[in-house]
Amino acid sequence: MNLPLFRPPDDPGPNFAELLRRSGFENQASTGGSCADAKIPAVDYRHGTTCVALRYTDGVLLAGDRRATSGNLISHRSIEKVFAADRHSGVAIAGAAGPAVEMVRLFQLQLEHYEKVEGEALSLEGKANQLGQMVRQNLPAAMQGLVVVPIFAGYDVKLNEGRLFEYDVTGGRYEEAEHACTGSGSLHAGTVLKLGYRAEMDSGAVTDLAIAALFEAADEDSATGGPDPIRGIYPMVATITAQGYRRLDDDELAERTDALIARRRAQ
Amino acid sequence: MNMPFYVAPEQIMKDRADYARKGIARGRSLIAFCFVDGIAICAENKSSTLRKVSEIYDRIAFAGVGKYNEFDQLRIAGVRHADLKGYAFSRGDVDARSLANQYAQILGQIFTHEMKPMEVEILVAEIDEDDGGGDQLFHILYDGTVVDEDMSVVLGGETEAISDRFGELAEAPELADGLRRAVSALSGPDRALGPAELEIAVLQRDTGRRAFRRLDDAEVASLVEH
Repeated sequence: MNLPLFRPPDDPGPNFAELLRRSGFENQASTGGSCADAKIPAVDYRHGTTCVALRYTDGVLLAGDRRATSGNLISHRSIEKVFAADRHSGVAIAGAAGPAVEMVRLFQLQLEHYEKVEGEALSLEGKANQLGQMVRQNLPAAMQGLVVVPIFAGYDVKLNEGRLFEYDVTGGRYEEAEHACTGSGSLHAGTVLKLGYRAEMDSGAVTDLAIAALFEAADEDSATGGPDPIRGIYPMVATITAQGYRRLDDDELAERTDALIARRRAQ
Repeated sequence: MNMPFYVAPEQIMKDRADYARKGIARGRSLIAFCFVDGIAICAENKSSTLRKVSEIYDRIAFAGVGKYNEFDQLRIAGVRHADLKGYAFSRGDVDARSLANQYAQILGQIFTHEMKPMEVEILVAEIDEDDGGGDQLFHILYDGTVVDEDMSVVLGGETEAISDRFGELAEAPELADGLRRAVSALSGPDRALGPAELEIAVLQRDTGRRAFRRLDDAEVASLVEH
């Protein structure tokens, strides 16, 4: 691999996707474009499922279930759908697993590449717009059934608050003030969030609410995985605060999930 | 018809090297050295926005002296090379040695084939994840010469005087000790450099995936002055 030097008019600037295109990685530069003409049967790919995001006093929380399905089969029990995008932001994904994971990977690289080339990180608004463009580029593939719909959450270091953004399949970007969800179980998870959400929640309260939302979604939606105490698989939860992105460890999640199940039993 | 005068190749190369060296000597110098937890790069730089030292990849840093636009162009090419390589293969496959060779190829090519050589000297540093045993400092000159330096290196003008003042490192010092030595070597006997005139960054082990970190003025002051 040689040193990518460009003449000033051809220079891709801090844009990593453009750099990929100019360096001969055309197919990877957009996750969707290359398979736009292919005929893909609608059931034959892995589908990511329910993710939720909430704002709370210190920042934002992202959570997602761990199941991937191919049609009516479970293809993976411990897939991760919540990712750190950079130090102060994260993405949760729903949709076709292959393109979704590739989109996250490109997004992470884009943020880091921009930061290194420009010497300064993108603003949170800029990151959210960048992800919107990537979702829009995936539209041809989405029309074939390979839909990817992320949630973007981050801590805005300029405004000193957590912010979250929802997307639609065309790349439309919508900022949410309280909570957001995506995936096939989002109807059920959304109802739990809507009923349980209060202003000024602390991190323990939002973690419990997110676990309850995913629990109810798994109860109603076959494509969302519930907690699996036999294998020790619990939903994935991450918080993003002024201190940065932090993934909650499984012991804490196991404890909170067990408490939730105990409360349900007692009811 | 005009016949071009014959100029001996030795003379052409010497003229170009003199030209490049003169350009580099006009700028300020920098010192890079291994310390117990990684590699520190200490540059004399009044500007807090036009950087001489920057991050290339998880464990790799870049530093340049000489003409800013020329080494900055090389820096960006290095970031692109590393990010593309990490994307195409894996993050662990990106290494300083291959990047240093790429830089050497480009600088050598420009030195012999272009009108004007690049007036730069650059450094590619990489830390070993486990201990200091595998720390690497590649010093690349304007003509493409690569030198694999041992514990410390000085780039820029007056390198001999600065190296003499800095001395040889028998073993990796603590960060504060190394920095005090580097700052006094850069300042020389007749002046003192304050934090505002220094640009210091480190590649530090056990700080997560991205090992590169800049030290701000307050941190530099607390390390250097006491």
